[in-house]
Amino acid sequence: MKELALNSNEKTTQKQYMNLAKVNRRMTARLLINNVVKYLFFASTMFGLVILAFLMYQIFSDGLGWLSMDFLTNRLSTLPERAGIIGAITGTVWLMFIVGPVTMVLGIGTAIYLEEYAKKGKFHSFIQTNITNLAGVPSIVFGLLGLTIFVRMFGFGPSIIAGGLTMALLVLPIVVVASQEAIRAVPSYLREASYGMGATKWQTIKNIVLPASIAGILTGVILALSRAIGETAPLVAIGIPALIVPIPSSITDNFTVLPMQIYYWTIDSVLVDEYASMAAATIIVLLAVLFLMNSVAIIIRNKFQKRY
Amino acid sequence: MSSLSMSTEVPVKKETKDHVNKSVVYDTKNLNLWYGDNHALKNINLPMHENEVTAIIGPSGCGKSTYIKTLNRMVELVQDVSISGEILYRDKNIFDKNYRVEELRTRVGMVFQKPNPFPKSIFDNIAYGPRIHGIKDKKILKEIVEKSLRGAAIWDEVKDRLQENAYGLSGGQQQRLCIARCLAIEPDVLLMDEPTSALDPKSTLKVEELIKELKENYSIIIVTHNMQQAARISDKTAFFLNGEVIEYDDTDIIFSTPSDKRTEDYITGRFG
Ligand SMILES: Nc1ncnc2c1ncn2[C@@H]1O[C@H](COP(=O)(O)OP(=O)(O)OP(=O)(O)O)[C@@H](O)[C@H]1O
Ligand SMILES: [Mg+2]
Repeated sequence: MKELALNSNEKTTQKQYMNLAKVNRRMTARLLINNVVKYLFFASTMFGLVILAFLMYQIFSDGLGWLSMDFLTNRLSTLPERAGIIGAITGTVWLMFIVGPVTMVLGIGTAIYLEEYAKKGKFHSFIQTNITNLAGVPSIVFGLLGLTIFVRMFGFGPSIIAGGLTMALLVLPIVVVASQEAIRAVPSYLREASYGMGATKWQTIKNIVLPASIAGILTGVILALSRAIGETAPLVAIGIPALIVPIPSSITDNFTVLPMQIYYWTIDSVLVDEYASMAAATIIVLLAVLFLMNSVAIIIRNKFQKRY
Repeated sequence: MSSLSMSTEVPVKKETKDHVNKSVVYDTKNLNLWYGDNHALKNINLPMHENEVTAIIGPSGCGKSTYIKTLNRMVELVQDVSISGEILYRDKNIFDKNYRVEELRTRVGMVFQKPNPFPKSIFDNIAYGPRIHGIKDKKILKEIVEKSLRGAAIWDEVKDRLQENAYGLSGGQQQRLCIARCLAIEPDVLLMDEPTSALDPKSTLKVEELIKELKENYSIIIVTHNMQQAARISDKTAFFLNGEVIEYDDTDIIFSTPSDKRTEDYITGRFG
């Protein structure tokens, strides 16, 4: 068989399927389509970019003039020239202080359980599917959940603790999924090496798995936090008031956050013209915070790049 | 714990060495293992002796890794494994309900096919075992690290870079580091699954030399695909085929006058 194929006589008598003349005739059209497709994809990319650039231009040209130290440090006021966003900034920081630790403990705990302890089976895939689905539940639904449980049942009212816990639930799936992926990426031979020396499961998790996956986990936590501080719907649902002058000083205080402030100023801009610019200025602040957080996430990811 | 007992045991060991019957470290009795429906180990019966190197040979997929991983119950990390029969380690059945697997693995070190150091410093790699078993004293840890690295014949190569990441070492050095990491918990038995298959001939020779030295103080069970290696370093050889032990005897006998035709075919390279 082999020898026959190598024989050149045999080759020339074989039936030819490729007709070079035909192939070349079609070549021009194929190359043309190839180019057209490339520009189509480029155009789709540009579409998003142009819209984003336009949006940015609008916001910055509108809001940059309002940005000042006073605007950042003043309390809320109905008088545009005296109004500031210190209340909303403080509220956002408070929110992060609740959402961060709560999602870290619950999210990492869940991820460790699912990846390291739970037997892979029906129960496991049931939980897994639900977590993935939870990530797709509209945020307003979480708001209603928060309203029912934290605001009413626990009687927290529209306070920082109620808002923080609601937001924590909302972004929990992000942390769980990111942590799971990070934990799964730890090669099993490292675990085996640890078990092989008589380490318990917990010692192995603590000393080997978590140090090797912490970068991915932290990245997930930061991304979850930046989602949380940009959300409005759940807070509207739990009934954050429109106008809060005092700066919150404990977790049971009423509060507002940057996106809420943006929301109320935007709807009131029909009454007071300056409110639109103030909303734009607040958006700039919020974007700056988000940009900062995402940068930190990227730095962490690069710094702790996998060494195995 | 072992330094004390060792000094009293040494003369006894010397005496038993000259005897034909050394004490049995591992005794496998009617062991069967299934991965799901796959009957991977079939009715294995094998005694393994103190201060000997036992080589396990056989074609790919015959169950060598499975068997060696069963000896420290690492195989149970795989989902859906079922086991019947007994493995006695120092006269205790390791499958007993109240046998503590962590205790077993503290006495039985394992070296894997692919070097698998932790992404930590060389020092922390070696100190890992002692630390998880509760040794915190810096001075003691230092002594253990040096002793283990010397024991694995790698001390001179790494003594100036103990704080560097272990991933900066060559493959052969990493494997000897992994052996040193095992030695740090002063085990009784060393299990090695093709420890030289990822190494070049020179590193392989070094590890082989090391194994010959280690056998003075440890009992070693080694899986290998390399017939010459088995012949060079082992005292006993077990030939596995399709999950069964076809033949188990002194290495000299296996490689000169095997009693089973299949063993002869395998070691002369006629199949596998
Ligand atoms: N984790 C696992 N899950 C399911 N089946 C497995 C698993 N590991 C091994 N097996 C099966 O068990 C049998 C024995 O495999 P094992 O790895 O013990 O062979 P081996 O003798 O070590 O082979 P090699 O020389 O290639 O390393 C094979 O049929 C293999 O497919
Ligand atoms: Mg194997």
